Amino acid sequence: MNPVLEVVLRSVSVLAVFLVLPLIVGQTEHKVMAHMQGRLGPMYAGGFHGWAQLVADAAKFIQKEDITPRAADRWVFKLAPAVALVPYLVALAVIPISPTLVGADVDAGVLFVLAASAVGILGLLMGGWASANKYALLGGMRAAAQLLSYELPLVLSVASVALAAGTLSLSGIVDAWHPLWLLWQLPGAMVFFVAAVAELQRGPFDMPIADSEIVMGPFTEYTGLRFAFFLLSEYAGIVVMSLLFTVLFLGGWHGAFSDSLGPVWTLAKSAVISVLIIWMRVSWPRLREDQLQRLAWLVLVPVALVQLALTAVWVVLSSR
Amino acid sequence: MTDHEHSQGESRKGTKSGGLLPGLVKGLITTARTLGRPTHTTEYPDAQPYLPPRSQGVIALLEENCTSCMLCSRECPDWCIYIDSHKETLPATTEGGRERQRNVLDRFAIDFSLCMYCGICVDVCPFDALHWSPEFEYAEVDIKDLLHEKERLGQWMPTVPPPPALDPSSAEPQEITAANKPARTAPEARS
Repeated sequence: MNPVLEVVLRSVSVLAVFLVLPLIVGQTEHKVMAHMQGRLGPMYAGGFHGWAQLVADAAKFIQKEDITPRAADRWVFKLAPAVALVPYLVALAVIPISPTLVGADVDAGVLFVLAASAVGILGLLMGGWASANKYALLGGMRAAAQLLSYELPLVLSVASVALAAGTLSLSGIVDAWHPLWLLWQLPGAMVFFVAAVAELQRGPFDMPIADSEIVMGPFTEYTGLRFAFFLLSEYAGIVVMSLLFTVLFLGGWHGAFSDSLGPVWTLAKSAVISVLIIWMRVSWPRLREDQLQRLAWLVLVPVALVQLALTAVWVVLSSR
Repeated sequence: MTDHEHSQGESRKGTKSGGLLPGLVKGLITTARTLGRPTHTTEYPDAQPYLPPRSQGVIALLEENCTSCMLCSRECPDWCIYIDSHKETLPATTEGGRERQRNVLDRFAIDFSLCMYCGICVDVCPFDALHWSPEFEYAEVDIKDLLHEKERLGQWMPTVPPPPALDPSSAEPQEITAANKPARTAPEARS
């Protein structure tokens, strides 16, 4: 195939996935959350159980006025949503759905995904700092503190998996995966899961947004499409983190008939993880700021370090 | 509904025991159980909500009973009742009789944009001219249209539910007691 055409085709399909999967997750959250609270959720848009609610929301957001506060740092303020959103798109491009179904197969995929998704923090910090609003500033600071402290356990738990597989390639990790890893890497998987939810700033780790305390955190001053981009980046983040968790810890496309059903397995596993993330948000109250830091430094980091040591010892012993 | 209350009681009992983890798991179980249960939502514009028959939706006026005594207007905490009346002289019905005067109601209006639905006017009315109706769908685009004049207030009257039945062991209603009294013996009362 013509290389240029192939690049365009791959980019467009990644973009399509990037636009569709977060909407599905968002709609699932609408409905699951509503029913968990004894409500019905959206019922009108699109006719059947409000399936087009998020499309309608997008249409509404597009029509809204795009306001930039007078005291805001204009360029930083306007750029922030893009900085929050694009890293997830980049990260999504290298996550393999099946051995062949991947936007771009990068050798050091793990490193690439972690580096890319960490850039998203900057978007929040920029938005919080540039809004010229005390709530936004507080939220931005909280976001920075939270994301920095949870980045460490996240990276450590991923390092453990990479060490176990002996490769930094995401498809390589899935190939090396064995069902026993579910047990062996369990502490690391739990650390990764908790840290990933905290990275996404979803409940119970939504301290930076904390709408009952600081209005909407870094998003306070945003309206219209820019606000929608922040929301989209949150759901895109859920998609990326669920897919990453599936690929790293749940063996991606491994499963019955994985030759033909590989992508289905990956997507099904990450759908379960997404629902779990939604479920946690509905069930648990928000952590206080100090509890949040305590959890990261006193629980997650030690557990991740122990897991890393355990993996290292095992790898050294088994390779002898 | 009883199902729901029952499960709430259960979970309240459950919170007594347990450290960190059981509490978290219990939260997950509670939400999952709610997910599996039918919702209590009524889709209002499509389906009418169930309201108790004595709901305080709107105040209806039975104009014939009103004597313009102004009690309701004076008791109203936010002064949302407007009453105008004038005196009318009725000619004597019998030869050499005395002329009588009575109040005629010109205007009776309730401003539902001010009304706080306390129901004091209904309670205080000595002649049962004001009644609660459970109707509630009278929202307006313009706030000025929430000022209901006596014609509009009268239109709510057919929606007022009949008064609740008395207790079996209660005394007879005043009206029946009065009707059962022996007639006064005064000759040819006014018809």
